[in-house]
Amino acid sequence: MSHDIYKINPEFREIMPKEIIELEENATWAKNMDKPRGIKELPDTKELLEEHSLCAGCPEAAALRYVLSALPKPEDTIIVNSTGCTSLMFPHIALHTVHSLFGNQNAVASGIKRVLDWRFPDTQKDVVVLAGDGATVDIGLDYTLQSFFRQEKITTICFDNEVYANTGGQESGMTAKGQVFKMAPTGKKFDKVPMWELAKTSGCHYSVNMTASAPKAVAKAVREAILVAREIGPTYINLYTPCILEIGLSANEGLGEMKDQDKDRFASYKHVSPEAEEYLKKCKAEGLL
Amino acid sequence: MANQGPAYYSPYPAATYEGVITPPEGKALLLEDVVDEEIAMREIARVMLTSENATIFPGPQVLYGWNEEAKKKATLIKEMAEVLNAKMIPMYDYRPKYPKIDAEVEINPNHPNLTIWHNNIKAAIFIGVHCHYANVALKIVRAETDCYTIAICGLSGHEDAMATLRDQHSHELEKFIKIAKEVKAELGK
Ligand SMILES: Cc1ncc(C[n+]2csc(CCOP(=O)(O)OP(=O)(O)O)c2C)c(N)n1
Ligand code: SF4
Repeated sequence: MSHDIYKINPEFREIMPKEIIELEENATWAKNMDKPRGIKELPDTKELLEEHSLCAGCPEAAALRYVLSALPKPEDTIIVNSTGCTSLMFPHIALHTVHSLFGNQNAVASGIKRVLDWRFPDTQKDVVVLAGDGATVDIGLDYTLQSFFRQEKITTICFDNEVYANTGGQESGMTAKGQVFKMAPTGKKFDKVPMWELAKTSGCHYSVNMTASAPKAVAKAVREAILVAREIGPTYINLYTPCILEIGLSANEGLGEMKDQDKDRFASYKHVSPEAEEYLKKCKAEGLL
Repeated sequence: MANQGPAYYSPYPAATYEGVITPPEGKALLLEDVVDEEIAMREIARVMLTSENATIFPGPQVLYGWNEEAKKKATLIKEMAEVLNAKMIPMYDYRPKYPKIDAEVEINPNHPNLTIWHNNIKAAIFIGVHCHYANVALKIVRAETDCYTIAICGLSGHEDAMATLRDQHSHELEKFIKIAKEVKAELGK
């Protein structure tokens, strides 16, 4: 049934707008075996995110496209989002998304995942949290960590732009020490919270820290994290998506900033637990990766 | 301008504030009156056949073939549109479209009045729209337009529509089409 919700009844085909017909015909769904899903398909397939109202050139918008293209089964995925710049894109995604109260996203996702497992015991449903660093690591840190402690089988992706962007530039725990923002004029007084390490010590079986500079690398991490969450336990991806507006870059400079940080504060970090490692090997052998 | 509700909170004259509630099982609602289903069906057909630019707004539950009932209903709604000489404009999903909707070809629950104003629609059927979005859309239409709204609902109906039929499945749609054909013949339309 999950894929059939995108199949237009023939009686209504002629009144449906072109973009919806294209979504049915040319988006990549897991059930469309003739069309593989992945980052390579992005240029030729209908995107699940068409338009959005983020700042021009915002790396969050590019990163969300990479994430969506990498979902193994979009028609059976529920994305839980929180307030912030990311939530400006969520209403435009052609997937099931739930907007939770700011900071509560991992608690909401835990509930959704448990109910889905109970309601659809024969279908693998993926629950993915996607929120900013303010929601994930600052105001919502309690909920984020508690879901890791409880070993909830969900994937948490933090769009780490190192600031509360949507409310005009306050510092968050993820802001780098010394950083000055419009609404943090005296500069951040303590170090950036190493969330990817906290994720590991709190029980995540897969935790990475990276920038969104390389689409393929992002897609690989998303795919692996979701697969591990299905079978083993919680997974975490910290993705640097700089707020070009708040750090004073222009629309075409986001990528350069991410590339610079690939060698600096966001030098690649990856933790995979032994069980997850074992499972990913199996997935690879089965062609799931 | 819409009136402010008694709670001074909702800007809309929501029907419940006026004491209108959904009809009991087996009955239908015409404005504030609880009536027999057949009477409501006749009136709905008459309004649709005699109003300017009568339109059916099918929602996701019937636009997509997600189960057998939805497929059956699609065929019946197409036939219903022909019998009622009505146009169809889809409410294919509920995303608040960015940057704006094309009021010529679509209706969105977040600003349904735009489509109704643009196409000068004086009577409309909502069918297959999920409850929470039908509730939002019908309230906005009721407050902002002079369109006569009709809810053909699979559950308990919508008090914010001017006419509401509840528990409507393919069997009931067949019955409605039959009645609409009779009314059409009577009106010579
Ligand atoms: C419960 C609650 N508290 C506070 C807010 C205000 N608020 C809206 S957006 C936002 C900042 C979001 O920051 P972040 O999560 O880092 O996402 P970004 O906008 O940077 O992508 C805040 C605090 C809210 N909407 N709800
Ligand atoms: S304020 Fe920053 S994070 Fe938000 S959309 Fe603009 S560039 Fe992106």
